[in-house]
Amino acid sequence: MSTPLAELAEDFRAASPQDRLQLLLEFSDELPDLPERYADAPEKLEQVHECQSPLFLAVEVGDEAGVDTNDQQVSIFFSAPPEAPTTRGFAGILHEALNGLTVREILDTPEQAPMEFGLAEVVSPLRMRGMVAMLSRIKRQVRLRTAPAGTAQ
Amino acid sequence: MTVTNNDNHDAAKIAEYAHPERLVTTAWLAQQIAEGNTGPGKDIVVLESDEDVLLYDTGHIPTALKLDWHQDLNDPLTRDYIDAETFATTMTSRGIARDTTVVIYGDKSNWWAAYALWVMTLFGHEDVRLLDGGRAKWIAEGREVTREVPEVQPGVTAAYPVVERDDSPIRAFRDDVLAHLGKPLVDVRSPGEYSGELLHMPDYPQEGAMRGGHIPGAKSVPWARAANEDGTFKTRAELEAIYLDEQGLSPNDDIVAYCRIGERSSHTWFVLTHLLGFENVRNYDGSWTEWGNTVRVPIER
Repeated sequence: MSTPLAELAEDFRAASPQDRLQLLLEFSDELPDLPERYADAPEKLEQVHECQSPLFLAVEVGDEAGVDTNDQQVSIFFSAPPEAPTTRGFAGILHEALNGLTVREILDTPEQAPMEFGLAEVVSPLRMRGMVAMLSRIKRQVRLRTAPAGTAQ
Repeated sequence: MTVTNNDNHDAAKIAEYAHPERLVTTAWLAQQIAEGNTGPGKDIVVLESDEDVLLYDTGHIPTALKLDWHQDLNDPLTRDYIDAETFATTMTSRGIARDTTVVIYGDKSNWWAAYALWVMTLFGHEDVRLLDGGRAKWIAEGREVTREVPEVQPGVTAAYPVVERDDSPIRAFRDDVLAHLGKPLVDVRSPGEYSGELLHMPDYPQEGAMRGGHIPGAKSVPWARAANEDGTFKTRAELEAIYLDEQGLSPNDDIVAYCRIGERSSHTWFVLTHLLGFENVRNYDGSWTEWGNTVRVPIER
């Protein structure tokens, strides 16, 4: 099954290593700013400590009436400083590929999906840990927000 | 380019150091660029070395090329620096010859730039300098940045010679440190890492040390104490007050500096060696990620 994340990964892998860095830079440049409700309330964001540079994220799950929890839409928000373009690039990729997907689609995303971008060889495997951690924290937040009361971890 | 009072002040500060030729001012570099003296194959090659591998690509000092600590300086397999052949290729591909003046700058108060300078010194590259204040100062002064990457024409310089690394004068290995116990050691990590409360830098990923604390006898002098808010180095008098008066180190001491992987301690190595003229300082790049994981080495808390 092809997901937006898998399709993006394919684009990256098809590019030369130098072009992969350029693509990552484009995602970094295009990472949307936080909406005001988060920009003014940093305590609502979760810090991803596995990233070398400060990265914060927030996850919202829709509550459309008559729609099963698994089919509700997920919105994702990121904040990272311009001096951390690699981290911003990782966030930009995840935003592009995951924002607006359903709960089920996000939870079905393989944990190791970030390793499929051919980026380890251009940014180093150590730096890739940050992107893997972002994805796992997004999934954790989605689980937290969709778990029946009293069962959340 | 007009010379301002600030520029004169910067130059006067640098003249005080033990080896003033190791540091250049932003004004000096801007002038060299304007005169066309910088770039691959020219007398001066400018390199940017950052923590973030993409930062250079977001905009850099005109004519500068990137030198990444992970991708370009570390061996991908063994925990060691690249070998002589790879280093020669790395230099040639940036238009650097053995006698080129290399100016390195970067983010985080030149912390990674100092690391790159130290690695180039392992290979005996003679004329390698830091830009005082690094990337942050250049940008804060509103100087030009560009996304244009200079093209390196093949043959723009003679091929860089294959020179074997000579580690012993400035690099310490674990066994050297064991033999050194009792002599001065400088731990440049944050106070929390030194005391053993933290196993990693504040706000940084856990990189897996089994034990916290420091090497017995090490003095705690966080690296950043040598830097001003704007990323420039403190004056010689200020540095002497810290390392000589307060810590009791002497320029003739045999000293080992360490941190977590040897990057922050490269900054301190640069300060002690080039700014204060200490002659016998080694950087222990295994640092806490090796010591804190090694069976039966002594640890102090």
